[in-house]
Amino acid sequence: MTGTASIGRRLTLLLAGVAALLSVLSWWMVTGLARQAAERTQDNVLAASVTTIAETLRSEQGEVRLELPYSAFSMLGAISEDRVFYRVATGDTFLTGYDDLPVPTEQISSGGRVIFDTGVYSGEEVRMATVSRLVLAGTQPVSVKVTVAQTRGGVASISAELSQLAAFLSVAFFLVAVSLSAFAARTSLKPLNEIAAAVSRRGPSDLRPLRRAAPTELAPLMTSLNRLMDRLGQSIRSAEDFIAEAAHRIRTPLATVRAQAEIALRSAKDEDQKQRLRQMIRAVDESSRSAGQLLDHATVVYRSDDLVRTPITLSDLVRQTVAGLEPTAAMKDIRLQVEMMEGKVQVDPVLMDNALRNVLDNAIKYSPPETDVTIAVSAGDSEIRIAVSDQGAGLGDGPVDMLTQRFQRGTNTQGVVGSGLGLTIAKDVLVAHGGRLELETLEGNKGTCATLVLPSS
Amino acid sequence: MRHTCLAVLLSCLATFVSALEIEDYRLFPGTGDRVLRVISTGDLEVFEPYLLAFQARQPSLSIDYTVVSSAQLYQAIRGGAVFDLALSSAMDLQFQLANDGFAQSHRSETTTSLPDWARWRDLIFAFTAEPAVVVLSTQRFEGLDLPTTRQELVTLLREYPDRFDGAVGTYDVRDSGLGYLFATQEARSTDAYWRLSEVMGRLNPQLYCCSGQMIDDVAEGRLAFAYNVLGSYAADRLARDSGGRVQILGMQDFTNVILRTAIVPTTARETAAAGALIDMLADLGQREAPGDWPLPPLGQTGTDNLVEFGPIRLGPALMVYLDPLNRRAFLTEWENAMEQR
Repeated sequence: MTGTASIGRRLTLLLAGVAALLSVLSWWMVTGLARQAAERTQDNVLAASVTTIAETLRSEQGEVRLELPYSAFSMLGAISEDRVFYRVATGDTFLTGYDDLPVPTEQISSGGRVIFDTGVYSGEEVRMATVSRLVLAGTQPVSVKVTVAQTRGGVASISAELSQLAAFLSVAFFLVAVSLSAFAARTSLKPLNEIAAAVSRRGPSDLRPLRRAAPTELAPLMTSLNRLMDRLGQSIRSAEDFIAEAAHRIRTPLATVRAQAEIALRSAKDEDQKQRLRQMIRAVDESSRSAGQLLDHATVVYRSDDLVRTPITLSDLVRQTVAGLEPTAAMKDIRLQVEMMEGKVQVDPVLMDNALRNVLDNAIKYSPPETDVTIAVSAGDSEIRIAVSDQGAGLGDGPVDMLTQRFQRGTNTQGVVGSGLGLTIAKDVLVAHGGRLELETLEGNKGTCATLVLPSS
Repeated sequence: MRHTCLAVLLSCLATFVSALEIEDYRLFPGTGDRVLRVISTGDLEVFEPYLLAFQARQPSLSIDYTVVSSAQLYQAIRGGAVFDLALSSAMDLQFQLANDGFAQSHRSETTTSLPDWARWRDLIFAFTAEPAVVVLSTQRFEGLDLPTTRQELVTLLREYPDRFDGAVGTYDVRDSGLGYLFATQEARSTDAYWRLSEVMGRLNPQLYCCSGQMIDDVAEGRLAFAYNVLGSYAADRLARDSGGRVQILGMQDFTNVILRTAIVPTTARETAAAGALIDMLADLGQREAPGDWPLPPLGQTGTDNLVEFGPIRLGPALMVYLDPLNRRAFLTEWENAMEQR
C-alpha cells in the first residue's frame, strides 16, 4: 500500500463535492426565483391597486376628484401585513395621501402604463407603483399621478420561508447524493476488489491466468496481470529446469568419480591414501545426495502444479519407501519399526514417496546409531497421519517453521551433512495435496516426531 | 407635522389643537417610582377592573390612566405625546398610527397566540370584539313589533313618524371616530344604511359624541332608540340598572363588529410594562367564558347571532375612509342625509 488515498474515498469525496456544489447552486437559484416571484406578485397587486384608484379619477366643477376604492387597499392587505402609503397629485399640486412619499420625478407618459420604483419611506424600503392619467379639469386636461407604495416585509418573509425550505431540500438532496456517491463508488470498485480477492485466495504457487469477466477498464490490468504471471511461471519453470538439468548433469560424472575412487581404494596400499580416498567417496556421496534432492525438489515443483492422483494402498507406499531406506539404516544399526494401518489414499505416488523418503532419511541421519525410528500410520476423522519418530537430539532451539524453508537447517546439526532441502520437499508435497507437515520435539528432548498429515479423501 | 391627513383632522378638531381634551383621568398609585402611562378611549369605570387586576400583578407600578376621544388619542400619539400604551376602539385610527410608524412592535407568546385577524405586524393587538347594536326603550316601543333588520326599522319609522320624531339618536360621525368607523363600514356593507339615514334625517335625529349619553337618554325615555351603539357599553349599563326599560337589539341583516385595539407608541418608555398589560388584555381577550369582565372577549360578542358577520378586518383598507378627500365626500353625503331641514 502506498500513501495515495483510496480510490473509493476519492470518488466519494469528488461526487460529494459535486453534490454540495449543486446543492448550494440550486438553493441559491430557488432563493433568487422565490424572491423574484414574490416581488412580481407584489408588483402585480400594486399595479392593480394603483389602476383601481386611477380609474375613480374624475372631474367635478373643474376640480379633480377621486374616491379611494376600498378594494384598492384591501387587496394590498390581503397579500401581506405590509405598511401602505399613497399619494395623488396633479402636476405639482398635491391632492391627497402622503405628500413626502419619494415618488419618481420622471415624466410618465399617460398611456396608463404602471411605473415601478423602489425607495425608502418612513424608515423602510418600499415598492412603489405609479400611474398617470389625464383628467379634463375645466377646459384643460391635467395629468394626475397616482402612486401606491407598500413595504416589502411580505416579500422578504415569503422569500425567506421559501429559501429556508430550499435550504432544507438542498441539505436533504446533498445527504442523499453523498450516500448514493458512496454506494456508486463501492459498486464501481467491486470488480476490482473481486479480482484482488481472487488473486489473494490463490495458493503461493498458483500462477494460472485469471479467467473472469472484467469491466472494460480493468481488462488491460487483467491482461497485464496474466501476462506477468505467465512470465513469472515461465521463469520459475526455467529455473527449476535448469536446476534439474544441472543436478542431473552433476550426478552422472559424480557416479563415475565414485566408481573410480572405489577402484582406487581397493588397489591402494598405503593406509593414508585409503583414508583420503574414503573421505573423497563420502564427499561424492554427499554431493550426489544433494543433487538427488535438488532433482526431487524440481520434481515436486513440477508435479505439484498438475497433481496426478492415483488411489494407492497406504501400506504399500510406506513399505516400499521403508524398504528403500533399509540399507542406509542398517549401516548405522538403526531399526525401522513400522506400525501399519490398512487404507487407501488418493495421492501422487511419486511425490508421496519423495516426501516420506526425505522425512525418513532425515530421521535416520539425525539418529544416533543403534536406536529405533518408528513409522506410525493412523487415521482420524478427516485426516491420515504418518508419524516418523526418532530418538535423536530433537529440533534445537530455533523456530520450527524455519526448518521447512529451503536450505535452512536446525541449530544442532553441526557434524551432520545435509542440504536443508529434505523438509522443504516434504512440506511442498503435503501442501500440494492439501495437507501439512507437523514437526515437534518429543517430550524430555528424547527425539523428534515429524508427522505427514493428509486429508482423507 | 409629517402628514397631511393630520392637517385635515386638525381642521376638524381645530378647537382641541392647543391641548389634549381630557375626559377623565385617574392615577392608580403603586408602591414604586415607575409609572405606566395609558391613554385610552375606554371609560374609567369600564377599565378600572382591568387596571386593578394588572396592578395586583405588578404592585410597584403606578398607572396613569387618561381618557380621551379616539380622535384626540390619534392626534396626541401623532403629535408625539409620551404614553406607554394607547387603547382605542377606533381601529381605523389605531391602524393608521401603526401603518405610519407611530407604534413599536411587541412580541410575546400571548400575542403570537392571538388569531391572525386580531393582530397586525406585531404592532397592533385586538383584545375585545364588540358589536354595534341598537339600544331601544321598551316603553317607547310598546305595542310595536321589534324590528330585526334595517328594512323593518325603516318601515317602522315611516309608519310612525310622530312617535319617533326627535327620539332617534346616533353618533355625530363628524365628532366621533367610532361613529365614523361604524357609518363608513356600514355604508360599504349594506345599501340599507343610506335609506335608514334618509329616514332618520327626516325625524330630527339627536346626534351624540359618545355612547354613554345616548344610552342614558334611552333609559330615561328621551330617545326611543339609539342606533349604532357599542354593544359592550350598552350591555354593561343594562346589566347594572334600567329594570327592563332598555333593551338591546342586534340587526340580523348585518352587524359591524369592531376590535378594541392596543398599540405601544414609539414614545413609550415603560415598554416592558406596556407589553405585559397587552399580554394580560390579550389573554383575557382569548378567554372562553365571559366572566365578570366588563368587555367581551374576542371570540364572543355577547349577543349570539352577531358573531357570524366577523369583525372589521385590520388592514390597510381601514385607511381608505380616513383619506381627507374620501372623508369629505362621505361627510357631505351624510350631512345631506341627516340634516334635512
